[in-house]
Amino acid sequence: MAKEKKYFKLPETDEGTILFNVPFPKDLSQLKGMAPIVIKQPYQIDYLHSYGQDSPFFAGLANGKLLSTKCSSCGYTYGTPRLHCMYCGSECDWFELPREGKIHAFTVCYFGSEAFLKETPFALILVEWPGVDSLFLARLVNIDPAKASTDWIGMKVRSQFRRNAKFTPTDVYFVPA
Amino acid sequence: MRDVYVVSGGVSKFAKARPDVTFQPMVKEAYDYALNDIGLDFKQGAELIDGSVASYFSDHFARQLMSGAMVQDYLGLCPKPNKRIEGGGATGGLCFQAGWEAVASGRFDICAAFGWETMSHVNTWKGNEFIALASDVSFDYPVGGFYSGYYAMMVTRHMKEYGTTVEQLALVSVKNHNNAFFNPYAQKRMKIKIEDVRKSAMVAWPLTMLDICVMSDGAAAVIFANEEGIKKIEKASGKRLKPTKVTGVGSGMDAMRMADRPHGKVTLLPHEKAADYKNLKYPGVHSFRSGRYASKMAYEMAKITDPVKQIDFVELHDAYTSSEVQTYEDMGLCKYGEGGKFVESGAPFMPGLDYGYKFPRQGLIPVNPSGGLIACGHPVGATGLMQAVFAHWQLQGSIKKHFKDATLQVKNAKRGVIHSHAGTGTYVTVSILEKGF
Ligand SMILES: [Zn+2]
Repeated sequence: MAKEKKYFKLPETDEGTILFNVPFPKDLSQLKGMAPIVIKQPYQIDYLHSYGQDSPFFAGLANGKLLSTKCSSCGYTYGTPRLHCMYCGSECDWFELPREGKIHAFTVCYFGSEAFLKETPFALILVEWPGVDSLFLARLVNIDPAKASTDWIGMKVRSQFRRNAKFTPTDVYFVPA
Repeated sequence: MRDVYVVSGGVSKFAKARPDVTFQPMVKEAYDYALNDIGLDFKQGAELIDGSVASYFSDHFARQLMSGAMVQDYLGLCPKPNKRIEGGGATGGLCFQAGWEAVASGRFDICAAFGWETMSHVNTWKGNEFIALASDVSFDYPVGGFYSGYYAMMVTRHMKEYGTTVEQLALVSVKNHNNAFFNPYAQKRMKIKIEDVRKSAMVAWPLTMLDICVMSDGAAAVIFANEEGIKKIEKASGKRLKPTKVTGVGSGMDAMRMADRPHGKVTLLPHEKAADYKNLKYPGVHSFRSGRYASKMAYEMAKITDPVKQIDFVELHDAYTSSEVQTYEDMGLCKYGEGGKFVESGAPFMPGLDYGYKFPRQGLIPVNPSGGLIACGHPVGATGLMQAVFAHWQLQGSIKKHFKDATLQVKNAKRGVIHSHAGTGTYVTVSILEKGF
């Protein structure tokens, strides 16, 4: 019994906590000096996101079509789809946006969220089309980011599609027309 | 509705990181300061306060749900009621108004509002990702979710529409950083010039590092009371209070996706005419319709018909220099399109302070005398309440006492406005405070 106790050991692993500092006072009345202890904790999840009623948009991108919706009742035409019209509440119908539009606003991102940091610098644009009442957010590629200027606003741009769809809105991107 | 007063406030010094404490003691620093300033101790506070509202934005940053309950128990306020308020960057402004509602409705005579954020637990890039989750995750976030990029797109349109320049934007940064030099609560206290802003690293064209606020750890607390509540506090503390009265409360919304914003007619303020904006498509992506709506609502309640003449100072949500310029216009401090010229004229600078430039109209209506978010930092849930605390101190004339320096005191301030803003203008709140003693 005593022998077993002596040789029992928890298995060692190399994951777990990275501890940056462990100060400890000689005298327990000084314990408040032990703070802060900072540890690293991983925080990762796979999340199942349904595109729900917006799914046809992504099916469209995978088939080389940029789709949006138009209100069946008041006729409001959206540049980014929504199933129900925010002006009259009626259900909208799908339609295909023109291949060519114009830059309404833009930026070039030199920093970004962690997920997109390795893609910097990248250009974001809001695209406008004649007869379409609202806009669409997309990436602009094949352009020199160093030449950014407000002259880009009004520039004609043309949609292109990824051949291997990733089922994200970046399956469509724009190039100068 | 009953008259509601702000009776006290406190702010923790905003810092890049506060690893020395978890969020509860950080909130307690602000809360204790507020209690102490009206002569109450912890136990008296717990007895007198009828309930509280908590302001914190991101469950991702905290990785702790129901943080509000943990603050409530730390402050000794259990078993009294508490609820959480959340609305992105405007969380603090919304919480301020929730505190007002609790007292105005007659539910509480005395209400505490406290807000905080701990943003240092992840690196800046992960932090940007967490913040960008406050954009449509089907259509906007995956394209390059980055709030600085969203605001940059808005300002390129403002520049195109009105001829606003990057130097005009930079002046906002110059003003707010130089103001903060005299604010001991601010995270960034620097005397800078236009060139410094333009030479700092480009983040999202045309916005540089110094055009954009930083992430912070920090907390703020505000105590509200009605007249009955003020009597109770004065009886307990034996001190005569110097309250400020909340005379106007407004808030507004716009579509989450910027792409969905309409291109219609301007919502007019009393001092404007439709003819001022004949060909303007509004709000588009160059203006915040929610900010205009919130201002209109608050001004009507406070009977303000000529904002520049009737307001002594503004603490507004300058997460970006560009959004400060856009907000001048929404709040009617100048007409739509004139925001760039407004800052260039010196109107929103502090009077009598040397910024290294000559301005024809310096000090007309000081905006962000505290240094704003750009210089104070932006611990999201705390920011809107921090503005309320600074505005309260301005109206009390007690800036010298709290800042240990009188430079930023707006002389004879009778009426101040605070403005809180979220997600490219989704939620905006405008609240008006007036000297109440
Ligand atoms: Zn409709």
